[in-house]
Formats: sequence, structure tokens, C-alpha cells
Amino acid sequence: MKYSITVTLKKDVLDPQGKVVQDTLKNIGLNLKNIRQGKYFEIEVNEKDQAVAEKKIDEMCRKLLVNLIIEDYKINKL
Amino acid sequence: MKSSVIVFPGSNCDRDIKVALEKMQFKNQMVWHKETKLPKSDLIVLPGGFSYGDYLRSGAIAGKSLIIDEVIKAANDGCLILGICNGFQILTETGLLKGTLLRNKKLKFINKDIYIKVLNNETKFTNKYKKDEILKINIAHNEGNFFTDDDHLNQLKKENLIAFKYSDEKGNINDFSNPNGSMENIAGIYNSKKNILGMMPHPERMIDKLISNTDGLNLFKSLLN
Repeated sequence: MKYSITVTLKKDVLDPQGKVVQDTLKNIGLNLKNIRQGKYFEIEVNEKDQAVAEKKIDEMCRKLLVNLIIEDYKINKL
Repeated sequence: MKSSVIVFPGSNCDRDIKVALEKMQFKNQMVWHKETKLPKSDLIVLPGGFSYGDYLRSGAIAGKSLIIDEVIKAANDGCLILGICNGFQILTETGLLKGTLLRNKKLKFINKDIYIKVLNNETKFTNKYKKDEILKINIAHNEGNFFTDDDHLNQLKKENLIAFKYSDEKGNINDFSNPNGSMENIAGIYNSKKNILGMMPHPERMIDKLISNTDGLNLFKSLLN
């Protein structure tokens, strides 16, 4: 079973890299309302039970992949 | 006093802190991160550097290394723990200290001598400094922008757990004297038992007039006191 995980900075945390990307896009004539930069993971697990697999992925997020103080995450089944 | 310096792949201030500790007559041992037993220590140091190339997040991988369980156990038993720079980042990733270190506000790696003010001089780490003493000290980091939630920030203030704040030469604490965007100019914090100190500046680089100054010496003298 394969999952994707998107990690982004929480709303109230400053995202200076995103801000620079936003300014650069504007500079080349591509206007936008808002941008947040993040991280993306694809994880494959040897599990047949979807609930078990998702529990495992969630644990991976909480224990290592995500810093819960500053980041949010979304898990999607691929 | 017995000290242990934990060495990770990518640590690069491990030998600097070794020199500083030995100069101050600590009986020091270097401990590789794959060890599962710590030598008996009064002080454990997590040194500066770029453990695991800062992969994932600064300190995230080191924070899950084999030796860390032993460091957490020792910390809970009251052993003194000092995390400098990457060591501070590792301490936040292990949860021994709350909060986190974000990328510097202006997105630049900063390596320069700045000033910090000693806010609390009644701890094992700072008792040889005067309160509000200003130290000239080196910082060298890309992720030193301290951030935490409101509850923790209130706790830090209420329990006097802020060790150092960035200031100017005269001790003014404001945006102009904040090199990296840290919340309230915070440069170093304690846990609530005050046996763990995490700080971004490098006291081990300030122990010899020949290469810098001696503003870091009193931190080591405090530990020996």
C-alpha cells in the first residue's frame, strides 16, 4: 500500500522560503494570492489492512517526519 | 567532573568543546552516537555541527539515534545536559527541551560575534556570571530562529527559564539586536528542572584570548563550581 504525505508549516508560522518564491513568481509576472512551501514523502508499506497501514503511517509522521510544533501534515492513499 | 561529548556524523564542534572541557580540567570522553551505554558522567554535551547533514530537519535524525535514549534517561536522573547550536536543535527534537529552531528570518547562514545578556545567573551553568552581564560570543547557524507556543513562552518567563537573550553591546534587547528572528530575542533556554541548557551561541569558541575572548570561560567554571 502506498501513501503520500504532505508536510507544510502551520498557518501562523513564518515561511520565509515561501515568501521568497512568491516574490520571485510576482517578479516574473505570475501573480498569486498566497503560497506555502512544504515537503512531500511517498511511503510504501507491507500491509494489507488499510486501517493498520494508515495507523503506521500516522505514527511515522508524528514520531519523525513532522515537527508537530510548527508543521501540519496530510496523508493521502495513492 | 566527568563529561561526555556525543559525536554524530556531521558534528564539527565536538573537538572544540573537548579542548574547552579539558582546558578546564573536566575528565572528558567522546561517545559515538551508535553506543548504547554512556560512561558515568556529570555533564553530557551535544555539540554543534550539522549532524546527518541537517537531513529532514536540523537535529531530527540525531534526535532518534541509539545513544539518545541513554541521554534522555540521564537527563531524567538529573545529569547536566548542555546542547550547543546543533546540540540545542537536537534537544528540541528529542523533546528534552520544548520549542524549535526555525530557519533564520533572513534565510542566511550567520557566522559572527554577537552579544547576549545573561538573564538567569542562578543555575548550574551560569552561577559565575553576573545577572545581566553582557557576553560577546560567536554564533554560526542557519536555523537559530527560536519559536515556541504561547503556553511554553509564558512558562519560560514565569519560571525564569530563559538563559540568554540576544542584545547589543550595551544590553538593549530589540529587533536590531536580534540576529536571526528568534522569539523575544531568546538565545538559550532551560528545562523546568534547570539541568538542561540549550543555546545557539558557542561558549566553547570563547575560551582563549589568542583566538577570540574569554567570555565563555565562566560557563565551564560555573559547571565546576
